[in-house]
Amino acid sequence: MNEALLQIRDLSVDYLLDKGAFRAVKNVSFDIGRGELFGLAGESGCGKSTIAYAITRLAKAPAWVAGGEILLDGQDLLKLPESRLQEVRWRRIGMVFQSAMNSLNPLMRVEAQFHDVLRRHTGSSREKSRARAEEMFKLVGIPGSRLTDYPHQFSGGMRQRIVIAICLALKPELIIMDEPTTALDVVVQREILEQVIDLQRGYGFSVLFITHDLHLMAQLCHRIGVMLKGELVEVGDVRQVSRAPAHDYTRKLWGAIPQLPGYPSVKDAIA
Amino acid sequence: MNAVTTVPPAAIAAEPIVRLDGIQRSFGLVQALRGVSLSLKGGHALALVGESGCGKTTCARIIARMDTPTGGEMLYRGRNITRTGTAAEEKAYRRAVQMVFQDPFASLNPVFSVQHHLARPLALYGHARSKAEQVQGVADLLNWVGLEPALTAHKFPHELSGGQRQRVNIARALAVQPDVLVADEPTSMLDVSIRLGILELLARIKQERQLALLYITHDIATAAHVAEEVIVMFAGQMVEWGDTLSVIGDARHPYTQLLLSAVPDPDRPFVAGDSARFLGHAEEVRRLSRPSSTEVNQVGSNHFVRALGAVS
Repeated sequence: MNEALLQIRDLSVDYLLDKGAFRAVKNVSFDIGRGELFGLAGESGCGKSTIAYAITRLAKAPAWVAGGEILLDGQDLLKLPESRLQEVRWRRIGMVFQSAMNSLNPLMRVEAQFHDVLRRHTGSSREKSRARAEEMFKLVGIPGSRLTDYPHQFSGGMRQRIVIAICLALKPELIIMDEPTTALDVVVQREILEQVIDLQRGYGFSVLFITHDLHLMAQLCHRIGVMLKGELVEVGDVRQVSRAPAHDYTRKLWGAIPQLPGYPSVKDAIA
Repeated sequence: MNAVTTVPPAAIAAEPIVRLDGIQRSFGLVQALRGVSLSLKGGHALALVGESGCGKTTCARIIARMDTPTGGEMLYRGRNITRTGTAAEEKAYRRAVQMVFQDPFASLNPVFSVQHHLARPLALYGHARSKAEQVQGVADLLNWVGLEPALTAHKFPHELSGGQRQRVNIARALAVQPDVLVADEPTSMLDVSIRLGILELLARIKQERQLALLYITHDIATAAHVAEEVIVMFAGQMVEWGDTLSVIGDARHPYTQLLLSAVPDPDRPFVAGDSARFLGHAEEVRRLSRPSSTEVNQVGSNHFVRALGAVS
């Protein structure tokens, strides 16, 4: 791992319920290096998305960060005043969620949505935004002529790519991707993630990739953390976690994935 | 609860319960289905695999009679039912064919308990008359799908996990005692770790109750766990079909090969600089697979591939 960009130290997050506090994240610590693709795996309810929300300070009541530090380049995001969060959110940390493709405004042309983000964060003019949007569209493989289209005119996979493009337009240092392709089919999923890998190589951003699909995570990430009931039970290099998992739960998670029966001919023909 | 069938299993296997013959469905200029033919047999599972928009859900809706085809024929136990029949025939068919939907969170009514969800179809279809029969019937159904009746029956949907809810949905479908179960992406909104359990449940139901199962998915890897036969669809057309192991192990159509290549494989990490090649390849395969073609080649005892049509 390179020098750490994000350091999470003893993070605990509670959900305050009628019956008392439920600790969803328990003393979790891990680092993400510059240019590193880090994966967080686990089942629904294990706390992986709660961590994503805590990093961006989007955890809203009843969620409550009970303790710990989230250091971005050594600066604790949890201590940052609300007024300065703008400098971090989107600018330095981008977010792509599972339902991101539904977060585009259906009443605005895509071009205007690029401008909205760029103007707010960089004070960009309409012309500059247009140029940047065209450049980003090219990167994610959508013709620039479609910038004047509305979101409903794109397929789900294209909408998800548009969100990634908007996110990248601000050149963030870290992109949090929470189940970015779970709602899409496998071919489109591979198309998008192969592009993410290429863009990552070009821009050098770090990625926190959250999914329950360990197979997919192993294709994409350098290091993997596995969560169980709010605890990080294993962290390691992708090779170690996939070939020689240390924790029983990690082994169980691997065994639970429906796999193809042998299909070597195809595997080799396409690889 | 025992499987209730009026026809012995062997006879069912010989004669399909539902048969589609050259089914077409057009929405204006869009041909959602271009001649789909398939048979659903008792104790047998068929998987329909393809990407969003390939027509697999349209096909399921036609089979569940939530939609009408614009061409082709549909048979139920040998009787042509393409055009609507009498009210009694319609009701009998709707009893015989039940669906399980993709979203376990949206397909149960949040204000009713599990008991209510399952007792209602039991009562409506005359499978339980007294209150005691209903309670017993619900308990039997919950046991069937691997849920503990004492812990589950009184609960409301929000108190259950996604996997548990999907099991309740399957129990609800079984309450009607159907001959055919159509499961439209029943696991795609669930965690990878609980998918296998649901797939195994579907396979067991099919076997023990001698149901015909139509399993619809975009994930060809899960199809192999449930279905003896698979149909790969693209743009409303069946491109490759037959025995699941043969189709997966010896895929001939470029679209089937593309689908297989996109199944997540931890032994093949993505390589930077490769995306343009893969995207170009995927686009080319889609372009080649789209045109209609009537030429079908047999490549195994039960394995067929459609030839590529002329690209216009």
